[in-house]
Formats: sequence, C-alpha cells, structure tokens
Amino acid sequence: MTDTPKFTSLKVQDPRTKKRNAAEKRFRAYGVVAIAIGALFLAALTFTILKSGLPAFTQYVMKLEVTLSQEQFDDAESQLLKTAVYRDIFVDNFSQQLDAQGVDVAYDAAALERMLGKVGGDIRAHYRENPNDIGEPTTFYLQLSSRVEGYFRGRVTRDTLVDSRFLEKADLDIADVLHDAGLMTGRFNWSFLTGKDSGVDNPGGAGIGASVIGSVFMMLVVLFLSLPIGVAASIYLEEFAPKNRFTDLVEVNISNLAAVPSIVFGILGLSVFIQFMHLPQSAPLVGGLVLTLMTLPTIIISTRASLKSVPPSIRDAALGIGASKMQSVTHHVLPLAMPGILTGTIIGLAQALGETAPLLLIGMVGFVAREFPEGVVSGFMDPNSAMPAQIYTWAARADVGFYEKAWGGIIVLLVFLLLMNAIAILLRKKFERRW
Amino acid sequence: MSDYKISAKDVQVYYGDNHAIKDVNVDIEDKTVTAFIGPSGCGKSTFLRCLNRMNDTIDICRVQGNILLDGEDIYDPAVDPVQLRAKVGMVFQKPNPFPKSIYDNVAYGPKIHGLARNKAELDEIVEQSLRKAALWSEAKDRLHAPGTGLSGGQQQRLCIARAIATAPEVLLMDEPCSALDPIATAQVEELIDELRQSFSVVIVTHSMQQAARVSQKTAFFHLGNLVEFGETDKIFTNPEDPRTESYISGRIG
Repeated sequence: MTDTPKFTSLKVQDPRTKKRNAAEKRFRAYGVVAIAIGALFLAALTFTILKSGLPAFTQYVMKLEVTLSQEQFDDAESQLLKTAVYRDIFVDNFSQQLDAQGVDVAYDAAALERMLGKVGGDIRAHYRENPNDIGEPTTFYLQLSSRVEGYFRGRVTRDTLVDSRFLEKADLDIADVLHDAGLMTGRFNWSFLTGKDSGVDNPGGAGIGASVIGSVFMMLVVLFLSLPIGVAASIYLEEFAPKNRFTDLVEVNISNLAAVPSIVFGILGLSVFIQFMHLPQSAPLVGGLVLTLMTLPTIIISTRASLKSVPPSIRDAALGIGASKMQSVTHHVLPLAMPGILTGTIIGLAQALGETAPLLLIGMVGFVAREFPEGVVSGFMDPNSAMPAQIYTWAARADVGFYEKAWGGIIVLLVFLLLMNAIAILLRKKFERRW
Repeated sequence: MSDYKISAKDVQVYYGDNHAIKDVNVDIEDKTVTAFIGPSGCGKSTFLRCLNRMNDTIDICRVQGNILLDGEDIYDPAVDPVQLRAKVGMVFQKPNPFPKSIYDNVAYGPKIHGLARNKAELDEIVEQSLRKAALWSEAKDRLHAPGTGLSGGQQQRLCIARAIATAPEVLLMDEPCSALDPIATAQVEELIDELRQSFSVVIVTHSMQQAARVSQKTAFFHLGNLVEFGETDKIFTNPEDPRTESYISGRIG
C-alpha cells in the first residue's frame, strides 16, 4: 500500500492558486485602468473640440430693415462715391429703427463702420443683384466685425481691448445696447458650411464649403483609382502569383510603402505629377492621385488579409467541381472577402481624408473665389483646397477669429470621418455571411 | 484504349525534396468502388488528389509518371485541369458547402459548365442530384435556406449532391465520413453503393471496416508505397504482404 494522500479541502486556496488568482485580478485591473484613461482622454478631446469649435457655427449679425426707393437708388448710382451714399441711407434707416424701438444711444457713422465694416458696399451689392427689392422693405443681416463678435463671445473684454481704428471701448457700450434691443443677434452660420475661405482680415466670412468640395473630389479620385487597382493587385498576389523571390520582394515593399511618411508621397506628387507631367497645381485631381498612392498599400494589405481569411476549403470546393481559378475567386472567394475589403477601403479613405502634409506640398491650399454651387461645377482640375489643408491654413493665421474657424473645421472633418466609419460598419453588416 | 477507367503508371509525387509517393501503379475500373487505406501520412490522399490534379494548386508539389483517364494522360500539357475536374469530381474530408442556399450549391456546377439550358432543366438536375444524394426529402422544403445551416451529415451529402450534379465519370472522396457520426456515415456509405451504378468511385478512408463494407477493390498504402492492391475480400481475408496483414490486424498504423 502507498501512503494515502493527505486530505486537502477544496474550499481552502493553496498558495499557488492564490498567487495565480491575484495575478489575474491585477491583469484585469490594468485593463480597466487603461480603458478608463483612454475614455478620459477621449472625453477631454471631445469637450475641447466642441467648446472651441461650436462658436464657428454661429455668427453675430446686425439685423436691420432697410427700405430703398427707386429714386434713392438712381440718385446713389449717379454719384461719384456711391457706397458713401448707401452708407448714409443705411444710417438713416438705422436711426429710424432706433427711434421706432425707443432705443436711446449715442453713435456716429465711424463707430458703425468699426462694428460692421463697409456696410455701404454690402447694401449696394444687394440691390444691384436683386433689383426687385428696390422699394420693398428688405431685412439685412450684416456680419459684425471679428472684434465685436469676439466681445459677444467673451474673447474680447473692455480690459483687453486697446482703442484703435478697428474698435474703441466706447463702441462696446453701443454694441451692448443694440444687443439688448435685439438688433445685434447670434444665428446659425450657414455660410460657414457652404462658403469659401475669406481674406486674412475677415474671419467672420470664412467658410469650409469650398474645401469640402475639394475633399469630396479628391476622395472620388482615390476611390475610383485605389479600389480597383488595390483589389486587382491583391487578388493577383494572393491567388494567382507564383510564390518566388520577386513576389516576396513586392510583398515586403508594399508593407514598407504603407509605413512611408505621407510627406514623402507629397514631394513625389509634386515632382512627378506637377513638375514632370505638368498637371495643374492645387487641383483635386493631383491631390487625389497623391492620396491614391498613399492609400493603395493600406487597401492592398487589408484586401489580402481578408482574402487569406477565406477558408481554403471553399477554393477546393469550387475547384473540385471544375470551376476555373478565376471562377472560384470571383464567385466564391471575393464575395466572402467583400466585407473586409470594403472596411479596409473605407478606413484607407478616411485616412486619406484627414491627410494634410502631402496636400501642402502640392499646393492644395488654393484660395478659391467661388461660392458653393459653382465650386461643384468647377471639377477636378480647378484649384481648390481640402478640409485638413484649410484647417491648417486657418490655424496659421494671425486673427484669433480664424482659430475658432479651425476648430469648427475640425468638427466638420470629424463628422465626415464618423459618417464614413458608419458606412463601413453598415456595409460590413450587410455583406457579412456566416458559415 | 485501356480497359480501365483510370490507370496510373509509375506515379511519383514530390513535395519539395520529400518523395511522398513512390512508383505507384493502380488500375481503377469503371462502376466500381475502390478504397485507399493506410496509416496517416502514407500518401493515399496525396495520390487521390493527383487523379483530378488538385495538387496543381500546391506550388511545391511535382507529379511524375502517367495517369490515364480513358487512355488519355491527364498530365499532358494539352489537358486543361478545369475540364478534367468536371469529369473527375471530388468530395472532401470536411463538408465544405458554399455559404449560399442549398439550391445554389447544387446548381453551381451545372451553371458554370452550361449543363442546363433553362431554369426548368436546372431545377431537374438539382432535384435529381439531391435525390441521388439522399437529401431530397430533407431539403426539398428548404432549398433556398443556406447550405451551411444543415447538420454535418446533411452538409456532406449536399457536397456529394454538388459533386454529382456536374455528371462526373469518376468521383473521388477524401475521407468523406471522418467528420460524421455513425448514422450519417451509414447513410453516406449506402449512398456510395448506389453511386457505383452510375460511375466509378475512389474513396480514401481511415476506417478499414468502411473499406470492407463499401469497396470492391482495395489499395493499401504504406510510407508512400502501394503495398498491395486487389479484391477487397482478398486483401482483408488473405493478404499477400505481411505489412498489409499487420495493418489490418491492428499491429501497425
């Protein structure tokens, strides 16, 4: 007989078990802490972006009803200094409205000009474009200067403001009165979403619309070039190419290309597409070509991964009943790999959408003097900007008004990225098949 | 023209430097079930895959010697392996239906080979194939349900239906019952016996009982050599080679 083993209760943990359990607990705690830190950063980032960027979506305007008779229009147009006449008409209407509302405030034309800019020009332009409004009461929403807007947003205070030809402390009192009277109000800034970039001294008029169009055109170029080329290359490499030194070399280099800094692609695009092939500078076509080069490795790598993940038994099954290699790929392997391919493509596109450095090198910071509808027509060859390049341009400008535009642009960019990721998830769900 | 459906002469197979099949000579008769038995790694599956050139998909695999199908060398450069595989169908070890409907699984082969001129003919082929594979009664009400939703045994019968839908002359089966339970195995074995009426079947199996039950001819492979080939009854009752005897009596393998 051997010794009977000593009885040990399962209810008491032995030292080894205790140690292992403690290790497991620690490991889980690390995970929770890591996720918590990540969530914290995300929350802080979201908060900062929204806090700094949301003001870009509102604008402060002076709301004023103006009535201009035909005689006044003809008279003004016959003068030498036309806008000055219009300014006087504006001031007349302004004082009438103040009287009507019983608002009592001392102001002069110069103060109005400091707060509103050259209103005469705006009014003249409106009536010249819309002659039907002559004789009718017309409501004008006049953009306030960036300093007054900054005052309403709390960026400019009486303590920080230094009297200058741009704005005086006394003007702020007028602004307060007008704001209380409802003549100066904030409203949603549609022109930020639809408009083009503005001059360096006019942050209020800057919009991201033109560069959204530039980005959309670039993404179209990237999609229609990189998806077919990338998928075809992956299918050849994965399913047809012989495995030898040369294909190994190709494979290694594709992985290397995926890691090449984007600015390298930028300077390549500059020298090849612009200097050698003489494509126009700042054109979405060139930007799209450069981003295609950048996106291709990503798409090829993800496509090959999803082709690899299709079980070989499916290929055997197809070949076993006499399908050709090509039929087995197009009928069976490709549909099964589709969700992975689409997800990879959209992630590649999203990367390309946020890429800035290569665009700076090929001059995708074109100042587009076109408004929203015309920008769409102008197409692939006309100079344009792109969202990230536009954001970079704004962030580099001196006027603090552009700073909030940059943050606002980032919100627009992120909305586009979220949309693309949502599409990726939807496509994945739609095409996913189980076996 | 040879009397045999398939005859292999001096077949050698190499995987890189590894000599996997050595000097194999086998003659496979029409309308007969031929079983390949032998221990794991003896090369029986490799040899089976030579018969419809499925080994072509493996880069490092080289085949020498002659394999004649109806007297024609299937490794002749003029032979298109795709046409060959339509004549010599294959069923694999693990059931591998396409992730499509039962109907589409069976209809795929006839479609790509243009065997049906219209939908009615295709329906007919699908029904006949499923009937032959003894799956019709279970599948007729769910033809458009995914084939992957069937049980393991049903999936394997679906794969058999898919293989016979292309009207092959030879059906290769690579351990078709290894993933099945005894009941499903019995069904598949019964099926194999019926399929013998229409064409020649070559089956690789690990189960010697199965070989004894379903086959008329048996080939015993060991370490890449064809040790013995002959009538199944004779191999199992009165083997000539001592290695065959050791294997079937359970001493090696």
